[in-house]
Amino acid sequence: MSGSTHSIVIPTKDKMLNLGEFSLKRPGNQITAVILVVGFILTVIRFTQGIGSITNLDDNAPWGMWIGFDLLCGVSLAAGGYFTTVACYIFGMKHFHSAVRPAITTAFLGYAFVVFALLYDLGHPLRLPYMFFFPGTTSVLFEVGLCVATYLTVLFVEFSVAPMEWLAQKFPFLLKWRKYVIKVTILLTIFGVCLSTLHQSSLGALYLIAPSKLHPLWYSPFIPMFFFVSSMVAGSSMVIFEGMFAHKGVHHYMDATHLREADDVAFSFAKAASFILFGYFMLKFIDMIVQANYYYLFSGYGMWWCIEMLFFVLMPALIYAKGARERNITLCRIGSINAVAGIILNRFNVSMIAFNYQLPASERYFPSIWEICISIFVVTLIVTVYRFIVYHMPVLYEHPNFRDEH
Amino acid sequence: MNRRKFLTILGSAGVVSALGTAQVAKASGGTTTYPYYENSYGVLHDTTRCIGCRRCEKACQQVNNLPMPAKPFNDLEVTATKRRTTADAWTVVNRYMIKNPEGGKDKPVFRKLQCYHCNDPACASACFAKCFKKEPSGVVSYDGSQCVGCRYCMVACPFYVPGFQYEEAWDPLVLKCTFCSPRLQKGQLPGCVEACPMGALTFGKRSDLIKIARKRMDKEPAKYVDYLYGEYDAGGTAWMTLSGVPHAELGMDMNLGNRPMGELTAGALGAVPMIIAFWPVLFGGVYGITKCKERLVKKEQEKAIAAAQAQTKQALEAAVENIEKTQGVEAAIQVRQALKTAQQPPSDGSCCCSSKHGEGV
Ligand code: SF4
Ligand code: SF4
Ligand code: SF4
Repeated sequence: MSGSTHSIVIPTKDKMLNLGEFSLKRPGNQITAVILVVGFILTVIRFTQGIGSITNLDDNAPWGMWIGFDLLCGVSLAAGGYFTTVACYIFGMKHFHSAVRPAITTAFLGYAFVVFALLYDLGHPLRLPYMFFFPGTTSVLFEVGLCVATYLTVLFVEFSVAPMEWLAQKFPFLLKWRKYVIKVTILLTIFGVCLSTLHQSSLGALYLIAPSKLHPLWYSPFIPMFFFVSSMVAGSSMVIFEGMFAHKGVHHYMDATHLREADDVAFSFAKAASFILFGYFMLKFIDMIVQANYYYLFSGYGMWWCIEMLFFVLMPALIYAKGARERNITLCRIGSINAVAGIILNRFNVSMIAFNYQLPASERYFPSIWEICISIFVVTLIVTVYRFIVYHMPVLYEHPNFRDEH
Repeated sequence: MNRRKFLTILGSAGVVSALGTAQVAKASGGTTTYPYYENSYGVLHDTTRCIGCRRCEKACQQVNNLPMPAKPFNDLEVTATKRRTTADAWTVVNRYMIKNPEGGKDKPVFRKLQCYHCNDPACASACFAKCFKKEPSGVVSYDGSQCVGCRYCMVACPFYVPGFQYEEAWDPLVLKCTFCSPRLQKGQLPGCVEACPMGALTFGKRSDLIKIARKRMDKEPAKYVDYLYGEYDAGGTAWMTLSGVPHAELGMDMNLGNRPMGELTAGALGAVPMIIAFWPVLFGGVYGITKCKERLVKKEQEKAIAAAQAQTKQALEAAVENIEKTQGVEAAIQVRQALKTAQQPPSDGSCCCSSKHGEGV
């Protein structure tokens, strides 16, 4: 790091830990602590008193916030992993290289915590592996589970390079492992994109079996495709979105290469996202026409659909297009906020707002405050673990010991 | 149209639809669809006979050892609120007030709701741990010992039937009507059927029940709507409903179509092998092209660099020779020495990003 003016703390053999950043003196850390304590208490209640004790779930709404946000949004927002690796390694866009490791890290964390959060929602969390013993091959959920489990493993292997570089000083045998992993990068990338295509789309396909429950403006035989296409938007937007926060919070852990490339990455991804968003808008629009759903446009749900399409699909597309053309990083970041909000809104619509649309309001679901708290708790956990990783492992910078090979 | 032609059209339609099903079955690995069990049993609920006495509810509670509700079963006003089945109540009878077209008082019609024991159940298709099974007897059974509690079956069931034990912390299960399978095995009637004082519930072979229903509808066309709910709905169900008013007015979903719900996901699942086969080829190809392009670019670059180097070398040589001529050999030697040191490659192998890049993450 000789050339860099940043003071990155690189753990050494004698001082592997760098926990000073978590000192409780800072307000951010205090808020984190409060959320973690509340989350922990809720966790105890959930697992000793049953799901009903802290949720508003019922027989009509068996899936709520924890599926709609933690699973659906979690998985699509973690799409940055496959999106960035494919752009960098497969399409050879080498100037994205410094974005790959942060993207893989967040994707890995995202998926790991999707599974973690899922345990809260399952009646029998410990039986999750049963799906491999009694595989229900006709179930879309089986495909989702299989792909997520495999992809989590792939992400773990891809991510493992960072912790290995960190730990290699203490455990030199890791150097050998690291070499093996690096050798199969391309293989992992291709495997990863296959798995991502499958499960991103199958998350939408989950709803194919319930045509009578999901509003026709959102139900479509093409919903798997919509989910996949929008996951690409989510992936690219999240890279920009996260970058924004990383620059605020952990700026001093970024090396010169990362800082130099960061804006270019944002502009390229903004441009890509804008194209995909326009395409997505057209797909949804044509689908609406082809299915002759325009009758619904003049209902309340129709209004809501128009709001989603105009302000959360078309608008981010335009903001991105302008931001990328004028190389205006602020605009790109605003676009990413808008796009991420749009993804979340879409997943909420499919899983909660437009689901069970035929039931009277009194039988509809609205998440309880505790369900929302658990979701916040999970996000906080992700951020905390992300910070731990960034403080210890070469994610935003290149480790000096491994620089030459790069 | 003559008879022959008619039969031909019918025949080809049959072949086409058979092909259609075969394709669906193949696309999903042939496991989506349960075969139709010819000798399976069912129950026919004739709502024109039902008086909403709730004896079936009570019997169900008793034979299955379910907890008794707060309001007693002889409180018939309970039927006025729209209830659904839950983990503690596997069957409910609801009252629907039907407008009298000629004016006058509304007519109450009662409908019993329980698991319909679909021919090819959505719940079974959706369960990723294979908890549900369509038995040859007609029963859709549930094995809670392998249930993960994901509740996708509840999302999938088009009739809003399965209930979940949300208050149970350690062994929450999905519960629904069992068709009194244990009783059937002992040769007894389902509890609710046995308890019905009006003969509104008829137990029998599904094929016979369809005939019985037909006969009733034919005999008294004024009394019945000419539709047997469950004969084809959602691919057909073992429990079927006859009604004197349009079924939609009894809160029954008339838009489920006549194919099993599971088939809707068969297409998506059928695409899986395609993606697994095709994506690596596609992305591998793109990767190959990228690599190839990189190699070409590198070669070009090397060529250009070599040419540039040769040029500078020539120019330098010319300059030094010039010095030799004008300032003497001594000065030229010094200059050559200086140049040699300057041309030495830099000691720290400075990184060139586009050269070698296998690095993961
Ligand atoms: S009615 Fe619902 S629970 Fe019963 S068999 Fe059909 S899909 Fe399954
Ligand atoms: S809740 Fe149980 S029975 Fe229902 S789909 Fe999940 S594992 Fe299967
Ligand atoms: S068949 Fe048995 S379990 Fe089902 S509703 Fe009737 S009494 Fe209850």
